[in-house]
Amino acid sequence: MYEIIKKKKIAPDIFHIEVSAPLIAKKFKAGQFIVLRPFADSERVPLTIMRADKENGTITLIVKAIGLTTKHLAQLNKGDAIVDLLGPLGHPSDIENFGRVVVVGGGVGTAVAFAVAEALKEAGNEIISIIGARNKDFTILEDEFAEISEELYVMTDDGSYKKKGFVTQQLQELYDQDKQFDRVIAAGPLPMMRAVVEMTRPHETPTIVSLNPIMVDGIGMCGGCRALVDGKIVFVCVDGPEFDGHKVDFDSLMRRNNAYRGIEQQKEHNCKIDIEIAKGKNNE
Amino acid sequence: MNEIPLKERMKIMRHPIPAQSPEERIKNFEEVNSGYSPKMALAEAQRCLQCKAAPCTLACPVNVQIPEFIQQIVDGDSLAAADTILQDNFLPAICGRVCPQETLCESKCVLAKKGKPVAIGNLERFSADSTAPMREKREERVEAEHTGKKIALVGSGPASLACAGDLIRFGHEVTIFEALHAYGGVLVYGIPEFRLPKSIVAFEVNALKKLGVRFEKNTIIGNTIALKELMDEGGYDAVFIGAGAGLPRFMGIPGEELIGIYSANELLTRINLMKAYKKEAITPVLSYVDKTVAVFGAGNTALDSARTAIRMGAKKTYIIYRRTEVEMPARVEEIHHAKEEGVEFIFLASPLEFIGSDDGWLQSVNLQRMELGEMDASGRRRPIPIDGSEYVMDIQMAVIAIGNGSNPLLRDTPGLKFTKWHTLEVDPDTLETTIKGVFAGGDIITGGATVISAMGAGRKAAKSIQEYLLVKNK
Repeated sequence: MYEIIKKKKIAPDIFHIEVSAPLIAKKFKAGQFIVLRPFADSERVPLTIMRADKENGTITLIVKAIGLTTKHLAQLNKGDAIVDLLGPLGHPSDIENFGRVVVVGGGVGTAVAFAVAEALKEAGNEIISIIGARNKDFTILEDEFAEISEELYVMTDDGSYKKKGFVTQQLQELYDQDKQFDRVIAAGPLPMMRAVVEMTRPHETPTIVSLNPIMVDGIGMCGGCRALVDGKIVFVCVDGPEFDGHKVDFDSLMRRNNAYRGIEQQKEHNCKIDIEIAKGKNNE
Repeated sequence: MNEIPLKERMKIMRHPIPAQSPEERIKNFEEVNSGYSPKMALAEAQRCLQCKAAPCTLACPVNVQIPEFIQQIVDGDSLAAADTILQDNFLPAICGRVCPQETLCESKCVLAKKGKPVAIGNLERFSADSTAPMREKREERVEAEHTGKKIALVGSGPASLACAGDLIRFGHEVTIFEALHAYGGVLVYGIPEFRLPKSIVAFEVNALKKLGVRFEKNTIIGNTIALKELMDEGGYDAVFIGAGAGLPRFMGIPGEELIGIYSANELLTRINLMKAYKKEAITPVLSYVDKTVAVFGAGNTALDSARTAIRMGAKKTYIIYRRTEVEMPARVEEIHHAKEEGVEFIFLASPLEFIGSDDGWLQSVNLQRMELGEMDASGRRRPIPIDGSEYVMDIQMAVIAIGNGSNPLLRDTPGLKFTKWHTLEVDPDTLETTIKGVFAGGDIITGGATVISAMGAGRKAAKSIQEYLLVKNK
């Protein structure tokens, strides 16, 4: 059992959840993820890790309650247990002193972007961060990013907070100022990562993206998370989750991520899990 | 004793196992075969000639004392029969169902020379099933004294389960580490409910728990705990790696990323492990209702996939194979069952490309006709493409069931060596890996094979581990 030590709502439907998982905390390296099931009948869902506290044996997840399973997860509170939690999975991010790195985070991808940014900062890099959200309410991890960034740009789609526009607009501005970057890290919704990659391509800035496909086992068994990278099939769970963004076929990945949309909505409609009973079973 | 004279015994016809009718069973996921009644089991057991040489036992990868247990059924003592099997095989209810007896024990049965062999598999299954309630109630304990040695087993599939069964009886402390949330490996994620009910797997796992084997889920050796940590900090004296096959193979042709194409592993994992065939399941599976489905491959997994698709409501389900029926590696019984259920076979054809709609859904496959040429290294005639024979077939779903590569999770472990086929390198005599005290068996060293061969390897490794510990102790 994996007990929830802390839970905080940090934006509408977005939760900061700290879970006791000492073995995972001990092994975690920036860029890695876990697969969890909140209840015994749940689906397996992959989630990136924002940070690990080795001393206290906890990991922190940023969860957006968007699908059925993440909604279930969001109904668990401090003291409740998560039934299954597996990790850390995937290759850690490449961490070395590259020089000046732009870190772009969008949506809950901001969490894994932060983990990587923090590790890169520790390795001596100069970090320029651009984080984006729909509006003021959805802006997350601003303070955390402020602490590790030389420059931080906060963008909102509607201009309700800080600067109006997409993260790519800010990236374009930085390029327009003739700034040189040694590396760009992007984590967030697929359209955002694709836009970042298209922007850095003509500048030939090495650009790393963290992919978030649909997964089942997360350990290289089912092949459901396959993506096309450089024209070849890769398994994101064991070959990634980070890839050279300039080689990723985002279009096919976006289509694949939508494959279950209709079925999911139906499932949500039909779902008869009694959360209180399921919670009780977890805590037994 | 069997009082029927030899000549009379040879006249008894083999008893087919009762099964749900094809029309009935394609509408459910319940087990196809329902097993012998006590009367049928007795009658079938009486067919056994009790050959002294027991060629059946010699053909069994774990050398089950077959004539002995069959005689015990004749004598009306099915519990004794189960115990006889259990001495060599800890998973009789599973092996009785999924072992390819026709190429192992039954192929060597003397009766097979002139007629049909004794239905050894069905009798094994009967011994296990009919005694399960009795065995569940009785106390199990290990006779051997505690040795104080700790052994870790990686993965909870058939290789590890068999290995654990031996090691616990030697008096060691045994812990099985499993990455998934359920125990049994391929037995729970791979083999469908209609061939192997998951309650049977749970029963066998429970039997090991009763003997004292410990199970830890959600733990990947290599990620959650490093192999070295297990031995250095965890205090384990030896490790057995039974991590199984891994990455599903794709064909490397255009269009394999289209929606509607599953690897067999993904379809079966969604259906079996995640129970997506049930309406109330949370894990989704793409709809097969009224779809035309093509399954590529010809092994048991391909047939499991095809028969699953039929049960999920597919309109037409095809097995597409580049050779012919003779070369199919699947079990005869499975091919027979699949045909009964309406699976159609297209032989001598191979896909060149999958074609999809603008929104990324599979629409058709471009196939090429093949002909058989000379024998290849596998002893089968090599399929050769026929130029200009390409044709397009409309399909909405496809399953790729052409096998698995090895498990990728331990690849970065310092000290472990892999073959060019990415399987673990082991000493063929002891199954010891390139790290001292670390042994391996099953699909991780052979690539995709059978449950019983994995069990055989697990038992062989248990014996080597025992010898290793004795030498180490001196």
